[in-house]
Amino acid sequence: MQSTSPRFRENAGEALRDASLQRALRNIPTGFIKKRQKAADRMPEFEDLRDAARDLKNRTLANLDFYLEEFESKVVANGGTVHWCSNAEQAREAILCICRLVGAETVTKGKSMIGEEIGINDFLEENGMTPVETDLGEYIIQLRKEPPSHIIAPAIHVNKEQVAEAFFEAHQDLDADRNLDQPTALLAEARGKLRERFLAADVGITGANFLIAETGSSVIVTNEGNGDLTQILPRIHIAIASIEKVVPTLDDASTLLRVLTRSATGQEASVYTTFSTGPRRAEDPDGPEQFHVVLLDNGRSEMMGTEFQEMLRCIRCGACLNHCPVYGAVGGHAYGWVYPGPMGAVLTPSLIGVDEAGHLPNASTFCGRCEEVCPVRIPLPKLMRHWRELEFRKGNPAIRFRYGLKAWALLARMPWLYRRIMGLAMHTLAGWARGTGVLQKAPLAGGWTAHRDMPAPEGATFQNQWRAHVARNRDSGT
Amino acid sequence: MDTRDRILGHIRKGLGRSGPVSSDEAAALRAGLANPKPNLVPARSQVDRFDQIELFVAMAEEAAATVDRVGRLEDVPKAVSSYLASQNLPSDIVMAPDESLDTIPWDDRGMLSIRRGVPEPSDEVGLSATFSAIAETGSLMVTSGPHHPSSLNLLPDTHVVVVREDQIVGAQEDGWVRLRKSVEENGGLPRTVLFITGPSRSADIEQTLLMGAHGPRRLHIVLVESRDSDGGA
Amino acid sequence: MTKAADQESPTVALFVTCLVDLFRPTVGFAAVKLLEDAGCRVEVPAAQTCCGQPAFNSGDRKSARGIAKSVIKKFESFDYVVAPSGSCGGMIIKHYPELFEGDEKWEARAEALAARTHELTSFLIDVMGRRAVDTRLSATCTYHDSCSSLRELGVKEQPRTLLNSVFGLELKELEQTEVCCGFGGTFCVKYPEISNAMVSKKASHAEATGAEMLLAGDLGCLFNIAGKLLRNGSKMDVRHVAEVLAGMTDTPPIGRPPRRGDIPVEGGAKKASSAPTAIPAGHAARDA
Repeated sequence: MQSTSPRFRENAGEALRDASLQRALRNIPTGFIKKRQKAADRMPEFEDLRDAARDLKNRTLANLDFYLEEFESKVVANGGTVHWCSNAEQAREAILCICRLVGAETVTKGKSMIGEEIGINDFLEENGMTPVETDLGEYIIQLRKEPPSHIIAPAIHVNKEQVAEAFFEAHQDLDADRNLDQPTALLAEARGKLRERFLAADVGITGANFLIAETGSSVIVTNEGNGDLTQILPRIHIAIASIEKVVPTLDDASTLLRVLTRSATGQEASVYTTFSTGPRRAEDPDGPEQFHVVLLDNGRSEMMGTEFQEMLRCIRCGACLNHCPVYGAVGGHAYGWVYPGPMGAVLTPSLIGVDEAGHLPNASTFCGRCEEVCPVRIPLPKLMRHWRELEFRKGNPAIRFRYGLKAWALLARMPWLYRRIMGLAMHTLAGWARGTGVLQKAPLAGGWTAHRDMPAPEGATFQNQWRAHVARNRDSGT
Repeated sequence: MDTRDRILGHIRKGLGRSGPVSSDEAAALRAGLANPKPNLVPARSQVDRFDQIELFVAMAEEAAATVDRVGRLEDVPKAVSSYLASQNLPSDIVMAPDESLDTIPWDDRGMLSIRRGVPEPSDEVGLSATFSAIAETGSLMVTSGPHHPSSLNLLPDTHVVVVREDQIVGAQEDGWVRLRKSVEENGGLPRTVLFITGPSRSADIEQTLLMGAHGPRRLHIVLVESRDSDGGA
Repeated sequence: MTKAADQESPTVALFVTCLVDLFRPTVGFAAVKLLEDAGCRVEVPAAQTCCGQPAFNSGDRKSARGIAKSVIKKFESFDYVVAPSGSCGGMIIKHYPELFEGDEKWEARAEALAARTHELTSFLIDVMGRRAVDTRLSATCTYHDSCSSLRELGVKEQPRTLLNSVFGLELKELEQTEVCCGFGGTFCVKYPEISNAMVSKKASHAEATGAEMLLAGDLGCLFNIAGKLLRNGSKMDVRHVAEVLAGMTDTPPIGRPPRRGDIPVEGGAKKASSAPTAIPAGHAARDA
């Protein structure tokens, strides 16, 4: 997927002026946040489960190479194939190759962020196939020709009128006067249309929430059941997954599932949690004849051994997005690539380069809500700050900003000079306020005063007043 | 160097190793995979059998499944036909070719028309047994195989599942214990192990929860009392 | 839990914070009063400037370390360090140790200072065992939790407990009080549009409470929210929580015009006026 991350500021501005997006974003606090809180409150062991989840992911990463090899050997033992891919291009080619093998025309897809990362839909289309997203949200945005704006709820930015519009446009074989006012009507239409696609598909591509080293299984979690139909009905099932998705055992997956569903949607369990191992067995009445795992690195192995290794614990629940006030203000598209919100702000620079995605770790107030809710306790603000440090070392923040910062840091270590200069500055600012208590404009603070007044200083600094006060007491004291 | 080696090489470099884990370490890690241990299992489901059954029912209903409790296997056909009637559903059923369902006297009343096998797109009602059931979440743990086509869980609009009380376990981890035992006895993992928690749904349009997205709109569980199970009566 | 119970009158160094020092000295005097009322001996180490957070959060670790070292040197000899800010408190408590991780010479010193450093309201409650203040204010107030107080330091109940003891004060909770106001240090000038969207939400939630006054424990948030409310023409007053707890509400609310003759000037401390506002009279004795 082509990134627009360098335009983050402009993207954000557009998002802030998009009234229907803003309406959609207002639902997040009452939807996801409250549901998660309720689910967490109901599980007395929730915090301990988060620790357990963090620890088991750390244990896995500490021997990631071993578990990947074990996983592969189990996939092969069960009759499947693993395709190791360094980058998006290799992954696309691997998938195309498999599709061509069976002369695929229709390729159904379950929701997969790796699919977005490698831009598989466009690629298959360019190669004469018809990729069909089957998750309702993904289907909607595929029709609208736009990327997902949320990793769990890809169409969270779309309202039902826009869905209806997309359906009228795409399903022209249906009665043009049909009523699509209600979400139920929209769902029924999508269900009918996608049923045809499921039955016609030659290849089904799903993502994977986890890969299990113990068994060689890939695991998907859905509420709609689209992922299951995607992988059961066609002749070939391709699971696309990044390397950090592997966990040692089925029991480990159970632990992660408990924190995943609660953090993502506040559910006790998702409706369908599917562990798929190999192709159908000889005596099975249905299921795919082939099982392929496309295992994507795409920059992740380079994160190992760095501060960013912690990011590889991420299980893509989306809680950090839901709780992020910046995400809540601008939505997912502004971030300009596959992964928005705090997890994207840390991950994206690793995957597409910090030159491209440098804005993302900067666009945070470090409010810490993301870390507070992360089910695997990734220190997201710390990692965003780490990107800023790497950038600073490279000399990247804007010159004016950089010198301002340096000057302040220098002054902060020269208290006497600081006191004189700042004392004077405060008097000046207080004077500029002309007794109104505020400044409508202030030097270097255009960003502030464009939107709000700047409270003026009281006048003399505390330290100067305090010194005078102490001196006076000394004089008058005993 | 091929891609696989390159990726593994990067990982090892990051981990400060020049090659794979030592053979001793590998043996220890492999032993961990061969004898998996549960992590923290929430106390909720670690209760006695009676409470596990109640928990299963409560959680399944919370997930919008319907549960009908019957005393004996003989009662199942009647329970199924009255459920279908109550929902104005046809009495034509596609049923999993599962031996465990064969002990049920389906023909007694002649009210249901049953076909065993893989569902067709036109089938409206599917009926199956289950491998196990999870009390903690009210989930059904179904496995694919000759006895149970995977598509039966998803294609028909209504899914009726016959569950015996003695199939209910506490947590998913307890389900894994049963599965591993069965794999040991019968050889090989099933292609699919599916946990079903309530009927299909979507909240993708304006976060409005709608039932019956791609999978069944209705999930109906007929829970059969297990008189001879320990404490189940 | 009251660690200071065995210590009659601990010496507390006030880390006044740069924003309070430069923009809102009243908060500093309020903090001094609250600490003294709680039985502490307060000192204001001279030559204090900034905690180093702007550098730290901008990725300038080297400068942040330099500033941190000078703060550690100046403050480590006191029984306690108290800041009327969760943000600067959080910097010292959470991030100084992180800054010197693995540094043989400085890590232990950073940790020792962190262990003795507290945000003002949490110090009064958790360390000094105060449950109430002796002051009154007839007003409906709402309280905004600053992110660093709430999430870095776990300060949530402490300011509320103290505010509920203020005679005549009614506390109304803010919807989404735990959500960031959009200040974020340099964030508000680097991403002004996003910051504005965030503070606009905060301001409208604040107004929706119907409270007359918004309080918080961090001047950064307060200036941000006050600036928005003022620009919106809101009537809502904004103050640091310490001002209310210390009964020092004679000073105009943040961003409101000073009364004639009220601008404090160098060399002349705030004029003492009738109790319960202004500087505690007991000051002189202890400072002498």
